[in-house]
Amino acid sequence: MSGVGSTEPPRSGGAGFAGSGAGISVRELELDLDAFEGPFDLLLALVLKEELDLRDVDLAGIVTAFLERLAEREELDLEACGEFLVLIATLLELKARALFPDETAELAELEPEEAAEELARRLAEYRRAKEAAAWLRERLSAEGDRYFRLGPAPLAPKVSTQLAPQDPEALGQALSVLAQEPPEVSLSHMALRFPPVSQFLERFRALLSRRSKFDFDAEVGELTRLEQASAFLAVLELRRAGELAIEQAAPFAPIRVSRLKLEASPAEPATPGQKTAAPPAPLAQENNDREERTAAWTVRSA
Amino acid sequence: MDRPLRLIPTDPLDRLARTVEALLVVASAPLSVQELAEAADDDAERIEDALRLVGERFAEERSGIVLEHVAGGWAFRAGREEAGACARLFERPAQRNLSQAALETLAIVAYLGPCTRPDVARIRGVSADSAVANLLERGLIAEAGRDTGAGGAVRYRTTPLFERVFGLESLSELPRLDDVGADAAEIRDRLQTVAERRSA
Repeated sequence: MSGVGSTEPPRSGGAGFAGSGAGISVRELELDLDAFEGPFDLLLALVLKEELDLRDVDLAGIVTAFLERLAEREELDLEACGEFLVLIATLLELKARALFPDETAELAELEPEEAAEELARRLAEYRRAKEAAAWLRERLSAEGDRYFRLGPAPLAPKVSTQLAPQDPEALGQALSVLAQEPPEVSLSHMALRFPPVSQFLERFRALLSRRSKFDFDAEVGELTRLEQASAFLAVLELRRAGELAIEQAAPFAPIRVSRLKLEASPAEPATPGQKTAAPPAPLAQENNDREERTAAWTVRSA
Repeated sequence: MDRPLRLIPTDPLDRLARTVEALLVVASAPLSVQELAEAADDDAERIEDALRLVGERFAEERSGIVLEHVAGGWAFRAGREEAGACARLFERPAQRNLSQAALETLAIVAYLGPCTRPDVARIRGVSADSAVANLLERGLIAEAGRDTGAGGAVRYRTTPLFERVFGLESLSELPRLDDVGADAAEIRDRLQTVAERRSA
């Protein structure tokens, strides 16, 4: 504090008022502070006339306002910055003096005897502080062999009842709404209706009972792709049951389907309890299964 | 070996003492009787009885761990005899190399706190900024609100760590320093003689 000469009168800031031309006008800087609202130069005038107590003015707010204004412009206005620095520094000095009354000046105002009294009081106070410090130092060396665990105390948070009492049932209801299964999304608009495989099973069995072999591609050529897929599944199914054989000369070549002799030996081991080895018999069960499955499928997608 | 060993006594106070021991060994700061009572779900009086029991078990020269009443609560610390071993392994940043300025500032805050930096500076005659910052960093003092009045300087007070480091049960354990009245009179007389000599 001693660096701030008390004899120098507060700067009027006159030098800083040199016009800044076309750049930012520091004095017209609009301020919106708790203690003051208006242009900067009005604030200065009020402070210099002592109509506004600088201790109430948020100087950081002024700096922020100026920096915001500065940021709005693309280039740095050095002249305005210089002017602002001079002004704000002056204000800071004035505010600091207002906040920390000059103690030497206080003492100087006293009569010599009073001053001596005051000084003695302060020195006594300081001596007391020194004694206390000495006691602390002694204490520290006496207690120096006490080691203890240190750290923030991670105590469990206290239960706070800041909320108004709540109804647990309301919470339960809110949760039960969330717990409900969402309605199933309907896929009806994108139903894929597979023609039942069983339909083709019968058709191919009938065909093979009339002819010993046929050309698959020719047989299904007029059907839709989905029907062709079903038809192919039926062929595979019959092949698995050993009712027919499939041949293809090369990839993408026509598929030749030919009848197998089932009477000699059924391809599949006969189902126990099945007395007659009638060809369609082993398939009957599967047929039903498949029919059920496809039915289930179409029902679900309907 | 007809009878099984009875290692765990069934005395209810002993049971409570063991709970207190457990709480204290987990704690990293002293626990008040109130905190212990709440945690152990028992009443304060019985906690104090249990603490006496724990204190007998964990006493200086009897155990490497010592129960102490410090900073308004109860805590375990290492026995004094083990200080050497502890010093080889552990650092104590809070109390290492405390300068005279820091100690004086600490004394002022401890006796007059909560007080502001200007308060400290007024008594010591020099700026207290770095000493206060140093003590804050060590955790020996902490902010405690602001001064009413213009400017509202931050006020500081000592922390529980201060009491712990200096082994104080509370600040009231600080010695009274009001017997310096004679000093003030003596200083005043000396000043006056100096003043008279100068004006003469």
